[in-house]
Amino acid sequence: MTTSTQNQNPTYSEAFQSGVREEIYRNRDIFILGTDLIERGGHFAQVKGIAQEFGFQHVKDSPISEAAMVSAGLGAAMYGLHPIIDLNFIDFSLGAMDEIINQAAKIRFMFGQPVPLVIRATSGTALGGAHHCNSLESLFAHTAGLAVAVPSNAWDVKGLIKTALRSPDPVIFLMHKKLSGVRGEIGDENTLIPFGKARTVKEGKHAAIITYGFTVVTAQKAAVALASEGIDVEIIDLRTLYPLDTDAINSAVQRFGRVVVADEAPMFGSITAEIAATATEANFGSLKGPIVRIGSVRAPISANPGMSEAAIPSVDAMIAAVKKVVAY
Amino acid sequence: MSNLSKEWAHSSLRGMMLIREFEETADKLSLRGKIPGGIHNSSGQEAVAVGVLSALDPLDVIATTHRSHHHTLAKGFSAREVMAELFTKSTGVSRGRGGSMHLGDFHRGHFGGNGIVGAGVGIAMGAALGIQQRGDAKVSVGFVGDGGVNTGRTWEAINMAVIWKLPLIVIIDNNQYAVETFVDRVTGGGDIAKRGEGFGLPSYTINGQDVVEVNEYTAKARQRALAGEGPTIINALTYRYYGHNVGEKGQYRTQDEILDWKTNRDPIDLFIARATSEGLITDSEVAALRDDVKKEVEDAVDFAEKSPQPDLNSILVDVDSGLLGGK
Repeated sequence: MTTSTQNQNPTYSEAFQSGVREEIYRNRDIFILGTDLIERGGHFAQVKGIAQEFGFQHVKDSPISEAAMVSAGLGAAMYGLHPIIDLNFIDFSLGAMDEIINQAAKIRFMFGQPVPLVIRATSGTALGGAHHCNSLESLFAHTAGLAVAVPSNAWDVKGLIKTALRSPDPVIFLMHKKLSGVRGEIGDENTLIPFGKARTVKEGKHAAIITYGFTVVTAQKAAVALASEGIDVEIIDLRTLYPLDTDAINSAVQRFGRVVVADEAPMFGSITAEIAATATEANFGSLKGPIVRIGSVRAPISANPGMSEAAIPSVDAMIAAVKKVVAY
Repeated sequence: MSNLSKEWAHSSLRGMMLIREFEETADKLSLRGKIPGGIHNSSGQEAVAVGVLSALDPLDVIATTHRSHHHTLAKGFSAREVMAELFTKSTGVSRGRGGSMHLGDFHRGHFGGNGIVGAGVGIAMGAALGIQQRGDAKVSVGFVGDGGVNTGRTWEAINMAVIWKLPLIVIIDNNQYAVETFVDRVTGGGDIAKRGEGFGLPSYTINGQDVVEVNEYTAKARQRALAGEGPTIINALTYRYYGHNVGEKGQYRTQDEILDWKTNRDPIDLFIARATSEGLITDSEVAALRDDVKKEVEDAVDFAEKSPQPDLNSILVDVDSGLLGGK
């Protein structure tokens, strides 16, 4: 849905609204439950106007009770509805971790029944300190039974939330705070993006960066700088961490033999470690040298803007990582 | 004259006897190593299960606890499918994947036992929200123990049910011991029902050894829920005859205390006495029921013993739907 000027494209948050709105038209079992949704439209305007359009049946303002919010969605999903539980910040999911990991994720395995539940939250580093900036996606990807979406742009937000709302499985839907206001084109009502299919953001000749979420933006900036030095780097946006597009990962390793895996979660025990390890096991002969990972240090995120930025990959760090693999 | 029907009396007594026979049998089988992971025996708590479930419609929803054989049998699940699940056989109600703590079948309104203390009330509350969203004439019942009422999640869920007037009934299957910890040692405020008053919903402490009383309070709570007036808490005082888990040799309560409950407050004996004196059942009918449940449990054990193990190659089946591309 191309519009005439860049400013008329919807934001990343509005793309979420658009996808949810279209899916409620299709399926009246969808409802959103969270805090401050009806008047405020959510902390990132992600559901603004939906209560007014569809009624309070479809948007429920909840007490600040994360465990009960997730169990409300869980029980309703087990009953056959398709709730979106909006937890605002993924940091707050830690108050509902039993409901997510012990309950929602395991029900299909034990009882053979679907759990069509979406848990939406913002994720990643921005201002706000240690309790509003966690990147917990590795934890959820680690948990059998959960799917994890990490869109980096408006098009993917809309296409992925539409797919999530047609899925019989619990989906953790993580939107990056720093992308909330970024505008971009979105697909139409029939544009669904499958989970487990990465997107090639930019093709390249010399090396590949495999990444997702806000780090895609960092990679794009690095690619521009690298291009001025004659290095043409491919960028692959995973879009979902589970299912994981292992075909795209293996293909990148085989084609380039020089690969950087990047995100802003703490690197210790992270999804980037998983990707580097399995890609190395599967494609050792294709590698010109070790896969290089960049990510966050193993430290809480500071409220200080300088310290917060220092914790996560900078454009310079990305450039250095690419140069390292290109030098193999 | 009795205000109970003969049919109800026979069915409730049979239900309680079936649970007792099932649990006594399962306990022995567990000690013989037949039940992987053991069980949580509900002997002594039969009146809570049968009193509640006999007041519900078959399609009403329940979500329960780690000690849930009695709720599951009282919901109408067969001894065969429950025993086979304890044996973790493929013919069990959860295909051998759930075991003793995870009996359930959503299509029959059973949203599962639970290995996590207090989790059942939240799931039942969510089901009640689903019922309300759909406009269905059903209720949802969350079972919790005296241990579970000290989890925060239980009260978060109750608060949500109150503010949205959800058709939820919270049954505290209060056997007075959280594993080996006596309820009064760990429960601020004493009477748990008083906590409910603070949350603004009717809360009753009742005699959980009296199946009729449990049934009446549940029926009243169900009417309230169906009328859109919201949730109710029923704190049913009961007692478990065995340890928290099979084989437990705890010193936390006296033999006199156990004997007192077994002798003077056994729910089955109490109901037989009442039903007999009210002319609802004869001694020979009681004997016939005992014989009947014994045969049903023997058959269930035989069925469980002979049932096949789950296919080990199915370990990745139903981890997720596969529709999102998961492998």
